[in-house]
Amino acid sequence: MICAVAQPGHGDLAPGGDDMTDQATPIALEDTKPARRAGRPSRHLTGWLLASPLVVVLAVFLVLPIAMIVMVSFWGATEWSIYPAFQFDNYAFLFGSDVTYRVFFNTVKYALITWAFTLLIGFTVAYFLAFHVRSLGWQVGLFLVCTIPFWTSNIIRMISWIPFLGREGLANSALLSWGVIDKPLEWLLFSDFSVILAFVHLYTLFMVVPIFNTMMRIDRSLLEAANDAGATGRQTLWHVIVPLTKPGIMIGTIFVVTLVMGDFITVRFMSGSQKANVGRLISNDISLLQYPSASATAVVLLITVLIVISVLLRFVDIRKEL
Amino acid sequence: MERPPRSFYVLAVFFAVFLVFLYGPTITIAILSFQGPQGGLTFPMRGVSLHWFFDLFEQQAVGDIWGSFRRSFALGLMVMVTTVVVSVMGGMAFRKRFAGSTVLFYLIITSLVIPSILISLGVGLIFSQAGLNVHWSTSGFGSQLTWTLPFGLLIMFAVFNRFDSSYEEAARDLGASPWQTVRHVVLPIIAPSLIGVALFGFTLSYDEFARTLLTAGSYNTLPLEIFGMTTNVTTPVIFALGTLTTAFSFLVIGAFILLFWIMGKRRARQGSDAGQGMV
Repeated sequence: MICAVAQPGHGDLAPGGDDMTDQATPIALEDTKPARRAGRPSRHLTGWLLASPLVVVLAVFLVLPIAMIVMVSFWGATEWSIYPAFQFDNYAFLFGSDVTYRVFFNTVKYALITWAFTLLIGFTVAYFLAFHVRSLGWQVGLFLVCTIPFWTSNIIRMISWIPFLGREGLANSALLSWGVIDKPLEWLLFSDFSVILAFVHLYTLFMVVPIFNTMMRIDRSLLEAANDAGATGRQTLWHVIVPLTKPGIMIGTIFVVTLVMGDFITVRFMSGSQKANVGRLISNDISLLQYPSASATAVVLLITVLIVISVLLRFVDIRKEL
Repeated sequence: MERPPRSFYVLAVFFAVFLVFLYGPTITIAILSFQGPQGGLTFPMRGVSLHWFFDLFEQQAVGDIWGSFRRSFALGLMVMVTTVVVSVMGGMAFRKRFAGSTVLFYLIITSLVIPSILISLGVGLIFSQAGLNVHWSTSGFGSQLTWTLPFGLLIMFAVFNRFDSSYEEAARDLGASPWQTVRHVVLPIIAPSLIGVALFGFTLSYDEFARTLLTAGSYNTLPLEIFGMTTNVTTPVIFALGTLTTAFSFLVIGAFILLFWIMGKRRARQGSDAGQGMV
């Protein structure tokens, strides 16, 4: 996604440069020149100095909070306060409860279903933009139209489903007036259906953008070669385009899966608090001031997410795809 | 000119349906926010009025909408500027291939994929254990950076991956100091991408919810305020607010895109303006 945003500007940076080779150059190969002059600080020192603001932010607001959560997950809690301790009660309780397994199952279910839908829709949309829209102006324009909602509020995009899905909403009244149903469907809002619908609505563009970005880099002569070799459109799609698009699909998958697994607000809002995922388990504990228990759940969630990511990262080198 | 194949039309229809799916709900609440004073949260429209927009400006409206808007706006600007500066520096740092950069890279990825509620919880815990008060401009600010910085940095990595370093070599050969090279060559060349970084920084902060939830303290940002309203407001006033803030987002996005476009035009006319400052 990121690259595509930067793309319109880069054309004029490397006049005559071949985009394919330029873009395939990873950061690693960038700085091969011996720029060091006598008396200059080493590149390691300069690097760390330049990165120091970033390091400070990540240390204070990412690493330290994670360490804190891990620590507090061993603490104890009374009804109104928490106290330092080193006990496994929180984990014992977490793993001893049926609720945990059901909620984790639900979280994985949401992630898988959302992933399947966002992938299908995202791939089709990106495929249309990359291979069927011929002029670059239209491509950029339509691509922007697809990405703009990403920069608007998720909460409002969730709220805006209510007039559609409610008992007296647009969907029900339309179905009623067409005679498809004779009483309003109850499962449209505050159900698994509405939760997944909202996820797909919110996160499909996280698939569209990286897939589109990868597709735009596919050398068009490969498609011609497939065509000349007698491949049908379908065969070209399946045997040429899909394999070459895999890195984009992986990046989109990382975004969608982690966003859905870590979510708590969409599930709470779109299910009317009737469904649960791990994020909601944590946020419920937080609202009851049970921070140690919330922390233990958070640690398990974090480990789960990181395992999923490390598996996905085996299939794609993010640095190379930027 | 060859006619597009049949698949083009099928896909075009699919794309159009996707756009309706993407924008339909937002347009619906925009229409519904013009409900008459008797109107409810769904169709039919009971008259057309600006009643609910006026309601937003009145004192008895729930919470402190305008205060939260001001806070979100200020926070958005703070996050935007910080994201641009830190991302550019970070992007340059990674070009140096310094020892330990791989670890830092994976930390950035972690920052991107970590469930937001963990940041909220962790930062909230640190502040409460340290006896500090959480506030949108301190804990909220830092928490939002963990979300905006990865985007900014990934953009910068993409930009520097495509950066033609012969421009820098040319500057060095002409006797420019490292700082002059950055100031008069590198920065002007990457300027358009910085608009992209700024856009991400501002809008992601302005709409951020989960990471600000436990870190904003007693003064809400706008998304927190809106979420609070969803639990106790049952009138179209919430649609009016949603419409206004979405319109504001569109305005901001439009402004950034326009700026980007103007810069591109100017550049096309003048060629590279790198080095202008040295005259």
